[in-house]
Amino acid sequence: MALHKVLGTETEYGITVKGEPGFNPAVASSLIVNSYPGRRVRVQWSYEEETPGRDARGFGHETYGPLDPEGAVVNSVLANGARMYVDHAHPEYSAPECYDPLEAALYDKVGELVMHQAAMAAAEKSGNIVSLYKNNSDGKGNSYGAHENYLLSRETPFGDVIRYAMTFLVTRQIFTGAGKVGSENDRPKVPFQITQRADFFEEEVGLETTLKRPIVNTRDEPHGDASKYRRLHVILGDANLSETQNFLKLGTTALMLAALEDGAIPDPLDLADPVESCWRVSHDVDLTRPLELEGGGSATALELQGRFLEWLSKYAEKELDDPVWDKLVGEWERVLSAMETDVMSLSDTLDWVAKKRVFERFIDRDGIGWDSPKLRAFDLQYHDVNPEKGLYHRMAGSGSFRRLFTDDEIAKAAVNPPERTRAYFRGRCVDLFRDSVVAANWDSLVFDIGESHLKRVPMMEPLRGAADLVGSLLDEAEDAADLLQRLGG
Amino acid sequence: MAEQERSKERRRQDQEDVEEVEVVTESDSDLEALDDLLDEIDEVLEENAEEFVKNYVQKGGE
Repeated sequence: MALHKVLGTETEYGITVKGEPGFNPAVASSLIVNSYPGRRVRVQWSYEEETPGRDARGFGHETYGPLDPEGAVVNSVLANGARMYVDHAHPEYSAPECYDPLEAALYDKVGELVMHQAAMAAAEKSGNIVSLYKNNSDGKGNSYGAHENYLLSRETPFGDVIRYAMTFLVTRQIFTGAGKVGSENDRPKVPFQITQRADFFEEEVGLETTLKRPIVNTRDEPHGDASKYRRLHVILGDANLSETQNFLKLGTTALMLAALEDGAIPDPLDLADPVESCWRVSHDVDLTRPLELEGGGSATALELQGRFLEWLSKYAEKELDDPVWDKLVGEWERVLSAMETDVMSLSDTLDWVAKKRVFERFIDRDGIGWDSPKLRAFDLQYHDVNPEKGLYHRMAGSGSFRRLFTDDEIAKAAVNPPERTRAYFRGRCVDLFRDSVVAANWDSLVFDIGESHLKRVPMMEPLRGAADLVGSLLDEAEDAADLLQRLGG
Repeated sequence: MAEQERSKERRRQDQEDVEEVEVVTESDSDLEALDDLLDEIDEVLEENAEEFVKNYVQKGGE
């Protein structure tokens, strides 16, 4: 049986400062991260060594030396278990580990609210109006990431992951794209394309994320017990505003990986040229261009996704009990079938279709061309996280999108962690004992309880530390020292 | 009705059917709603679109 697909997203936000075109993005990003007004602790990140440690209910603790004070400047752990920090020139929100794709879509959505609240607080504090954009390209050849992470078994041969994920990731773009006017990075010219990211991909497989980006990324940082786990780091994907689309992106990919681990995908559907196909799919808004298959023949991305749907829906029905998978398969069927008849009917579901519908009407009504600054401005402002200015948010507010979550659910998830993964332990500790948490990583928390040594709690099991195991323990602990005693005892 | 007229009638029917298929993409009320949306977008869209687009430059990341 496949390993449970714990998953999560990490999103870098585009940033501008009003009236200051020459602003320093690292400084502005620090301002944002340091202004977030919600519950959080500033921590040093990555303070760890690979030591499995003792294990009591999935936890134990060890003693460690002093911290590097520089590290704590632009790293925060939030009470919902997320990490918020400055990644080079962008503020980044890394969502907490989630139990299923619906929850992962919710906690990704929360990132927009967190960024907006931080920008509002930053404006109050500094007078600078900072705008943040959940997108992946500036339209001038610069791209920044929206990455996904999926837990895999160490036993699954990575060669299989590469082979089976390749075609899936290339063809899923038809429903993962956020849409973009024009092309970049010297790709063939198109007026509009499905994704923001495809133009920037140049390799099939590799370790890079900023140059020569590969379709399948091989970074091997399991953020857990390395003898049991692997983490697939997916970098070929757009940041999505549409909740349904995000659920689809995360859910279909998690389902594909589970089926892969169970040997339930009969054919990897190898593409003859994955990289060229990657651009081709993104540039094909009519969804009709065939992709050449290795060993002869061809099929469109839509047809290939149809094959995956056929296999994976059977797999889900047979192997997976949770109703979240019925919901996922139902949405996937609906979207692929609408693509066969009338793709524009998905303007309430997919970011790229919603944009295309608006663009085509602007062109018709106002007599402008695809190169009009107005369309490019819309293309950027669609992604603004400010609900007053962001055009996705305006459109969603007037009922133009199918939503999965209420504003209330999103606000609650900004301050409460997921309950079924170790993010619960991390988030609750931030909420309850924030004066004592001094360092963190995905697989550990370090406490200062006033003793000569710091105490590190390893969290090598992504599904331990959930509410059912540590909830009452956290409720009962008087302080961090008491908590550690209870954990170790 | 003469055979010829009947076939003309059928042709016209066919043409009408074809025309109906063509307008199915966006009904009048949908179009009105879309235009309302476009008006709302016009109100909130950055005033100087060209400047806004030009100044949006992002370097570094991932």
